[in-house]
Amino acid sequence: MPVFALVDCNNFYASCEKLFDPTLTHKPVVVLSNNDGCVVARSAEVKALGIPMGVPWFKIQDLARQHGIVAFSSNYGLYADMSNRVVEVLGQFTPDLEVYSIDESFLDLSGFDPAGLEAYGQVIRQRVADWLGLAVCVGIAPTKTLAKLANHCAKKNLAGRTGVCDFTTLDPEALTGLLDSIPVNEVWGVGSKLTRRLAAMGIHSVRQLRDADAETIHQRISVVSERTVRELRGMSCLDLEAMAPDRQQIMCSRSFGRYVYRLKELEESVAAYIGRAAEKLRGQDSLAGALMVHIRTNPFSESEPQYQKAMTVALPEATADTRVLVGWGLRLLRRIYRPGYAYQKAGVMLSELRPSALQQASLFSGQEDAGRAARLMAAMDSLNHRYGRGTLRVAAEGVSTRWRMKRERLSPGYTTDWAGLPVVLAR
Amino acid sequence: MLDAGPCPGNGVFIPLPDAPRLALPLDGVKVSAGFPSPAADYEDKRLDINDYLIRNPVSTFFFPVEGDSMEGAEIFAGDILVVDKSIPPQHGHIVVAFVNGERLVKRLHHRHGRVALLAENPKYAALEISEAMELIIWGVVVGKFKRLAP
Repeated sequence: MPVFALVDCNNFYASCEKLFDPTLTHKPVVVLSNNDGCVVARSAEVKALGIPMGVPWFKIQDLARQHGIVAFSSNYGLYADMSNRVVEVLGQFTPDLEVYSIDESFLDLSGFDPAGLEAYGQVIRQRVADWLGLAVCVGIAPTKTLAKLANHCAKKNLAGRTGVCDFTTLDPEALTGLLDSIPVNEVWGVGSKLTRRLAAMGIHSVRQLRDADAETIHQRISVVSERTVRELRGMSCLDLEAMAPDRQQIMCSRSFGRYVYRLKELEESVAAYIGRAAEKLRGQDSLAGALMVHIRTNPFSESEPQYQKAMTVALPEATADTRVLVGWGLRLLRRIYRPGYAYQKAGVMLSELRPSALQQASLFSGQEDAGRAARLMAAMDSLNHRYGRGTLRVAAEGVSTRWRMKRERLSPGYTTDWAGLPVVLAR
Repeated sequence: MLDAGPCPGNGVFIPLPDAPRLALPLDGVKVSAGFPSPAADYEDKRLDINDYLIRNPVSTFFFPVEGDSMEGAEIFAGDILVVDKSIPPQHGHIVVAFVNGERLVKRLHHRHGRVALLAENPKYAALEISEAMELIIWGVVVGKFKRLAP
């Protein structure tokens, strides 16, 4: 029987903030989305106050003052480093691991002693807590869909309060009772739309979905939902995706911290986004065959004149060269830019990706140049990796950064920036 | 005599076909077409300061120091501490601790029911940890480093 564990970090972003800041112990902490918009992570204290996920920060100002809620901008560098550390620790427990998201990983525990799984989950939990100071919950089950639910139970203390929930050793009747008490929208892949459709069929709880007729679900909903039903019954249909599949498109788009009017500033932002996207492209050893640039005003600002435009170019030759991509990107931008608008967002997308090994040289390309360009790009990536993003960039990105995202509540790069290291007092 | 080819400026020097071969530096490494270097069998990896300071990279974090209370333990202001969170803290370890909302470096005392954080400088008194206080031992200090040149 296959066995999967889902290991999920509790309140991950908020926990990372608390880990390095001693003034935050027992304080309610939230982390805000890009441009400090909405709450995207909440510490346990904030959850206890009943503040929901996704609420705009400006709407909870009074509550925040009243309860002393501390808010942070998203410190992606910190979270990514801590996430990588968690994955490294988890990798010590099994060679088969799928990084599902920044704070969740599936572990394949098939073939492990079934009687020892719960204890193994405890060891994992303890190791991550001791080594990294982060709390995780572990859900263990014969399918990934059930492992996700077991993790939900572990997190909400629905089956014991140990932080580990093992469905494989749970008495079948107890499991049925448990699944009966969980609403169906907690099932992996069941979103709000599907929840409504299932409700129309009289399916409200996880148990009802599990016991539904698979054929009916297939016909009335989809083959994907039928697979979910089978997974809920303990038939494993989803294997680990050991390696994140290479992306077919690479996007980089962001809202500006404020409105941008001038072409020059748009150029700088588009060049910077292309720089980031191209770095990701090279990171997966691919070349892009097409590039899209997109700009728009704020659609919610009804008093302002609205404009949005995207334009794509099929590149004469697939490339991962930031300089070439920026050159094309700026040409596109100048074609779509119209003066007199308050631009709120710009984005770029690299598509028609292919492995760099498959490159077809076009008639006009010099092989020698391609080799030199690849070496230059590799050097650029390694310097940026070593000395921080943006150390080396193409001149078009500019040095002014006024258009950059608003992140006024950003904590230091405690683990990623020499200038941001947490100071200890010797006194 | 040497056969001179087309000469821009000072001229290009084309050796005779039977001229003796020389070892030429390539990418900073001397390569030779002749016998292998007698040192080749003794090649070792160059020393890496990370190996010296860090045993468990995944659980290792850095903390710069402010203040003079740990000078007796050779920890000075401006040093950067290497802290390994995977080591279980014990009596006598130098630790990073969170107490009263502060991040401190102290020597941990844990004997006969007494828990205290000790300084290594007579100017500073020991910080006694009472039942009512919350103490988080964040990690154990295993080393330090400091760059002197800019």
